[in-house]
Amino acid sequence: MNKAIQIRFQTPLEHFTLDVDISIPATGVTILFGPSGCGKTTLLRCIAGLHPAKHAHLRINNNSWQAEGVYLPAHQRRVGYVFQEPSLFPHLNVTRNLLFGQRRSYLPSQNQSHQRIDNKSPAHNDNKSPQRNANKSPLSLDEVSQLLGISHLLQRMPEHLSGGEKQRVAIGRALLSNPEILLMDEPLSALDYATKAEIIPYLEQLHARLSIPIIYVTHAISEVESLADHIVLLEKGKVTAQGPIKEMLLDLSAPLAHFTNAGSLLDAVVDHYDEEYDLTAFAVDGGTLTVPGNIGLPGAQKRIHLSASHISLSRTAASDSTIVNILPVTILEISPADKAQCNIRLQLGDHSQILARITRRSKDQLALQCGEQLFAQIKGVSLVKRLNSHAHPAPLGL
Amino acid sequence: MLDAILLTLKLATLTTIILLLLGTPLAWWLARSRGLFKDIIATLVSMPLVLPPTVLGFYLLITLGPDSPLGQLLSSLFGGPLTFTFGGLVIGSVIFSLPFMVQPLRNTFESIGTRPLEVAATLRASPLDTFFSVVLPLSRHGLLTGSIMTFVHTLGEFGVVLMIGGNIPGETKVLSIAIYDYVESLEWAQAHLIAGGMLCFSFIVILAMTLLERNSRKGREL
Repeated sequence: MNKAIQIRFQTPLEHFTLDVDISIPATGVTILFGPSGCGKTTLLRCIAGLHPAKHAHLRINNNSWQAEGVYLPAHQRRVGYVFQEPSLFPHLNVTRNLLFGQRRSYLPSQNQSHQRIDNKSPAHNDNKSPQRNANKSPLSLDEVSQLLGISHLLQRMPEHLSGGEKQRVAIGRALLSNPEILLMDEPLSALDYATKAEIIPYLEQLHARLSIPIIYVTHAISEVESLADHIVLLEKGKVTAQGPIKEMLLDLSAPLAHFTNAGSLLDAVVDHYDEEYDLTAFAVDGGTLTVPGNIGLPGAQKRIHLSASHISLSRTAASDSTIVNILPVTILEISPADKAQCNIRLQLGDHSQILARITRRSKDQLALQCGEQLFAQIKGVSLVKRLNSHAHPAPLGL
Repeated sequence: MLDAILLTLKLATLTTIILLLLGTPLAWWLARSRGLFKDIIATLVSMPLVLPPTVLGFYLLITLGPDSPLGQLLSSLFGGPLTFTFGGLVIGSVIFSLPFMVQPLRNTFESIGTRPLEVAATLRASPLDTFFSVVLPLSRHGLLTGSIMTFVHTLGEFGVVLMIGGNIPGETKVLSIAIYDYVESLEWAQAHLIAGGMLCFSFIVILAMTLLERNSRKGREL
């Protein structure tokens, strides 16, 4: 994987030292995950240049933003920053908020003014060539307003927007500043449950359609499951684990497998919809999974989350069970999760792995061994609604 | 009397403009920095609030007078001593009204907090750009309050004027001095006219400011 972003910071905080040295991929969502006060927000602020770190080395796409003797001030770093609170400028309407950063990101010195003119050509929206994508031509106001569903709000003042609308405008404003990297600091945490649910689909859209990397800070595991490609776990200013999300969820020695709601992610393609029972069948590596509801057209790619404690194991494929999702698996690894339970990493199909959590007693009674072939009964399948990033036909320019 | 009215308005207007230009950066600096030096400057800025105007006027008279080095310097710049001139009056007013401009502005700047500045920085606005495109528009209220307070306060100033301006018609004889004059010469009707006029004017201005403040606050809460 192309590791285009190098982040090294060492700086004393109030109770501990932030000491991070990571490289993250140039595309996709990297989630900084950890408990409150672990330094993840400070790390994001260091990247944006809002918090002065003493010993730092920061390279974004071959540009050094910070190193020994180099310190690019915040306003010269091409970041898009979404704060926890929307922080719109109250004296500007939505359009002028949106354009605040855009106007300032096309200074002649940055040699980008020609791209802006390009951007106005009507052909831009239809442009699907990957070459264009690689050029990272900036998004237009129209594209961003459509992407975030804020076209009808453009003339309003921020005080007349709901919390969710404000945050969507704030995200749009960050995107329009033509960033090389999008930094999001718990953008959902200040919102109520319903508003979160309103915004997540837009974030999923962003993830699918932007080609710039996103660093997303959160302590909500649900946001990790729906958005993450890559995860960095932080605790007291130190990185405790990092890697691609699917691998990290399956790494039994890493912290995520010890969460009470540990689970795994599977890529799935909609196979068909059974109208009579209102069930959608997904093709996954190694079999078929059935999920209630009409979820998408055949061929649509989805991400599915399987909660580890919703998976039980048996030696035979029970045909007298109410559980519809039963898939053949092979035990790869067994490791204790806590005193009573253990995690089992299972091979599914040719390339996929899932995680099951059973009691240690069951494990001993069945005398489960590595390499043994079993059947996984999957009680609950939750769909992480995200569009797979490869599936989208026309990624936007950014 | 018209002379005195015009002179007073001219003095108040000039003082307000000069203080807007000087007080805004000073208030910004006071709002954004920390340390003993800042505290000392903040104290000096507040001094005119508690000092008798005559004390201030006395020191100004000494400082601007022909015997002090600063007075000599200014005198060579302005082609004559500033004491007992309109120019001297303006300097005195500016110093005397400084806290009335700086304090409301400093409060407004502090209430804006750091978040809008950070947001602006992440949107490529340089600090100066941020000051003009974010801080000042968000401080409209403080700028208005400061300006009105300065203007009204300058209208009513007496002690400093008397000390460094004296009582020269058309040059330094402002309304407050004119009242004093009329009372001294027992011209009660004239004194009544000016005193009543100033009373009404101040009342209207302060009431208008209060109403304006309430409206803008209501707008912000929506």
